[in-house]
Amino acid sequence: MAYNLSFARKVYKNAEMGHWIKMCMQCGVCSGSCPLGPLGAWEFGPREIFQRVRAGKEEEILGSGAMWMCTSCYNCIVRCPRGLPITHIVHGLARYAVETGKVKPTQPTARFATKVFWNNIVKTGRVGEAALSMHLYFIDGIGTGISNVLEMKDVALGMLKSKRLNPIPFRGKIKGYDGFKKMLDKAFELEKK
Amino acid sequence: MTSGNAAHKTILVVGGGISGLTAALEAAEVGYEVILVEKNPYLGGRVAQHHKYFPKLCSPTCGLEINFQRIRNNPRVTFHTLTEVEKVEGSAGNYQVRLRRNPRYVNDKCTACGDCAKACEVEIANPFNFGLGKLKAIHNSHDMAFPNRFVMDAEFAKTDAAKKLVAVCPVGAIEPDMQPQMVDLTVGAVIWATGWQPYDAAKIRPYGFGSNANVTTNMRFERMSSAYGPTGGKIQRPSDGQAPASVAFIQCAGSRDHNYLPFCSRICCLASMKQATYVREQYPDAQVTLFYIDLRAMDRYEAFQKKIEADPKVEWVKSKPARIEENPANKNPIVIGEDTLTGVRYRREFDLVVLATGMEPNAALQPVPAANVPTDDYGFVVNDGGGIIAVGCAAGPLDVAGAVQSGTAAALKAIQALAQVKG
Repeated sequence: MAYNLSFARKVYKNAEMGHWIKMCMQCGVCSGSCPLGPLGAWEFGPREIFQRVRAGKEEEILGSGAMWMCTSCYNCIVRCPRGLPITHIVHGLARYAVETGKVKPTQPTARFATKVFWNNIVKTGRVGEAALSMHLYFIDGIGTGISNVLEMKDVALGMLKSKRLNPIPFRGKIKGYDGFKKMLDKAFELEKK
Repeated sequence: MTSGNAAHKTILVVGGGISGLTAALEAAEVGYEVILVEKNPYLGGRVAQHHKYFPKLCSPTCGLEINFQRIRNNPRVTFHTLTEVEKVEGSAGNYQVRLRRNPRYVNDKCTACGDCAKACEVEIANPFNFGLGKLKAIHNSHDMAFPNRFVMDAEFAKTDAAKKLVAVCPVGAIEPDMQPQMVDLTVGAVIWATGWQPYDAAKIRPYGFGSNANVTTNMRFERMSSAYGPTGGKIQRPSDGQAPASVAFIQCAGSRDHNYLPFCSRICCLASMKQATYVREQYPDAQVTLFYIDLRAMDRYEAFQKKIEADPKVEWVKSKPARIEENPANKNPIVIGEDTLTGVRYRREFDLVVLATGMEPNAALQPVPAANVPTDDYGFVVNDGGGIIAVGCAAGPLDVAGAVQSGTAAALKAIQALAQVKG
């Protein structure tokens, strides 16, 4: 079987921190350290993601839920013997999957991150928790929305009581929103380069 | 050979391990004066602490004995134990060296009869066994120690108990008042053979060495396996002295890792395979598991690996374990990681875990006390063609055979350095 490095080269060049994958020596410390591993929560651990990138498994990796499970606990970065910024590489790959349109439309974390959360925070410069949760619950329409709300209502009330949820849906823009907007615009501009 | 200043024919060898011994003897046996200094109270270095060599699995005692005989029979080698080099100044052909000779508190009248140790009531952790087991505060360093002379612990020497021992010695060898001495000398070349330290396993926090009694290190395991060691050669769990039914070896523990030692020490894979044979010989039913990133049976050692691979009770797991927990019920270490050949995450309990720690160059911990001696990124001394010649594990990680070859090469380099100066 011939090596096909075309996918790996694209990742090295275009995915944020993707070039670090070259440095991986496949020791497995990252996957062994991941708190989600014992839960069986991901299809592939970080080591296997990197191995599959090198093996040219473009559709399999970019369409997988693996990168979207990362909780940014940084265990893998701390322990990686070769100093790979594994958390950042995994986030970079997730973003690359969105950019290339390879992410599965049903990927729940991807939907939440790229639509619900992003739109919410960009509009005002802050997270509006009440609007955020409503938007998320009703993402698939009225019917599932109502059942979601009913299912989560005890959690929501508990969070309200412990002041972890601000009930006001629209609190307006943060102070200095213009500066925040400028930063975002600049970031988009830089990314286009 | 032209006759010059006597210093031009004198070579100082710093470190009395296998590299230094070899370099000293090779140079002396072709007619050069050699002064060999060693920090410890005995010669033989790390090799003396080994139970067996790979790949022949014989005891290092006979090889060291041959070298000690060569020293005894060669009037050109002068050696000083308990001696360190304070500074080196000058250049090839003319180095001024200051030695610090630390007190042994026992003079050369000692016959190693052992009466003092019998009378001594104070015990210290045995440094030769990496702190495993105790020995008397006045003792012979180990059973095969050369020179065969007792030594007194420096802290103990300050006590009244030490002074009382003076009268016990039948030949008047004990001197608790002995002071360090500075010795200045001139030599033509310096061979730096200060070797290595086992990497401090306590720094590898996820592996729990120090808090988990049944996680040990390869050098401690070597002492445990030796008939002259703290358990008389019985391999046992430190927590309860029980025979282990399963032993795991973890390769690259603190090696090839930018958090610890970034380099490969080249010997640990073979050392663990060798130690697997200790377990399998002593306990025919015991299971051995080797965790590795990739196996590095350097040079001609693949045959040894094949031999170990043929043992069905030795299992190989391609994985660098992420961490080690402890089962509170039986103090078993639980090794956690991902098998990289299957992608399966494991959580496996063993009776005993041995961390294959690497070599930290002593020259990194205690630099060469001379100007302009280059070292590499890891603290190994780099040979730059001058009159200070690094050898053995002071220059890079080596096995015993490699260290002997390196010692011979260093002797020649030192002789060349002298010859160039004489012109």
